[in-house]
Amino acid sequence: MSDSGTITVLIPAPLRRYTGGVSKVSSSGSNVTEVLASLESSYPGLRDRIVEEDGEIRRFVNVFVNGQNVRKLEGVATATSEGDEIGIVPAMAGGTVA
Amino acid sequence: MAVQHHSNIIELSPERVYGGFGSDDPAAVLAIGNTPLLSLRRFARRTGLPDSVELWLKAEWANPGGSVKDRPALGIVRDGIASGQIGNGRVLLDATSGNTGIAYAMLGAAFGFSVELVIPENASEERKAILKAYGANVVLSDPYEGSNGAIRHARALAADHPDFYFYADQYSNPANPAAHFATTGPELWRQTSRGITHFVAGLGTTGTLVGAGRFLKECDPGIQIVAVQPAESFHGIEGLKHLPTAIVPSIYDETLPDVQIGVDTEDAYAFTREIAKVEGLFTGTSTGAAVAAAVRIARELADRGEPGVIVALAPDGGGKYLSTELWS
Repeated sequence: MSDSGTITVLIPAPLRRYTGGVSKVSSSGSNVTEVLASLESSYPGLRDRIVEEDGEIRRFVNVFVNGQNVRKLEGVATATSEGDEIGIVPAMAGGTVA
Repeated sequence: MAVQHHSNIIELSPERVYGGFGSDDPAAVLAIGNTPLLSLRRFARRTGLPDSVELWLKAEWANPGGSVKDRPALGIVRDGIASGQIGNGRVLLDATSGNTGIAYAMLGAAFGFSVELVIPENASEERKAILKAYGANVVLSDPYEGSNGAIRHARALAADHPDFYFYADQYSNPANPAAHFATTGPELWRQTSRGITHFVAGLGTTGTLVGAGRFLKECDPGIQIVAVQPAESFHGIEGLKHLPTAIVPSIYDETLPDVQIGVDTEDAYAFTREIAKVEGLFTGTSTGAAVAAAVRIARELADRGEPGVIVALAPDGGGKYLSTELWS
């Protein structure tokens, strides 16, 4: 866990009921799956809105690591490290986030 | 000499010819409305429904801008022109997830006024490209704030520059449901030979459901108005709103729907793909949501042994969703 320090996760408005209204939270983990697991322990119910039962990202959700869609990287296995910024956006049509 | 008729030539019926001599309206404007009503009998049979429960689809992608939004946009623009708010150099401004923006941009190009649109940054690349092709100015709002964020952004722009913008405000403009009252509703009544029993439409601005629904209720108060929403606030059904967590449009009339149905994004995607496979209809995700709700109503009728003529409104085609996971 040497490179799994604080990671910033940007929470979209429809999911902020899980984070007490907060739009930016801290998490940790060496890949997206671990970050989501860490998020789930802090904010129960949040992970199931983002991934399917098998752990894959739901079809209409885009997860970005430092602005890059993880579908174009290694999916939920995409590596994360301290200082990274993860964005969660409903795929209102597959757009990208700079 | 007699005119030769060839059996392989499909002749246009008069009602499919729009405008012509005597009209000064741009061609795009003349082509708005009078969309086909398509039978989903093949799909319904495969779904196990009896023929006594009919499923129909109102094909709004046949509008020239590619969506149902051509209707309210034209209503809003005509209203703005009549009141003098458009045509004096002011820029039409609104918040949109895409389709209304495309309709405004098309009308702006046709009538010659400028259009500026606030859309969430995560709107599709296809939409942004279409808007730019029509010459509209696109302002991107925070993707993490969704359509509520786009609305707040547009409101702030309008408040800061009241003389520069005509704020069309599709969520509050009574010309939006009025357009559906004047066109969509009468078309449904006429195309079903006054037989429609259920009208199923998604809630976005709510203009379609409120306008067409109100017309149908005046024709026959027994017609059931079915409102479709995403089942949860975090969803991927473009154009639809989860009203409990959204800025509720002021044009919404909550007393109108007889039934509210929540649809999961995954179900909306599944039905969108299913009607593409079974009927060959390439539609957007909100069509899948409307069909999912229509099937639920149809099954209830079938279980009770009652007949029905259920019309689901298909807001747009599938072309603007190619960059999503919908078709992957």
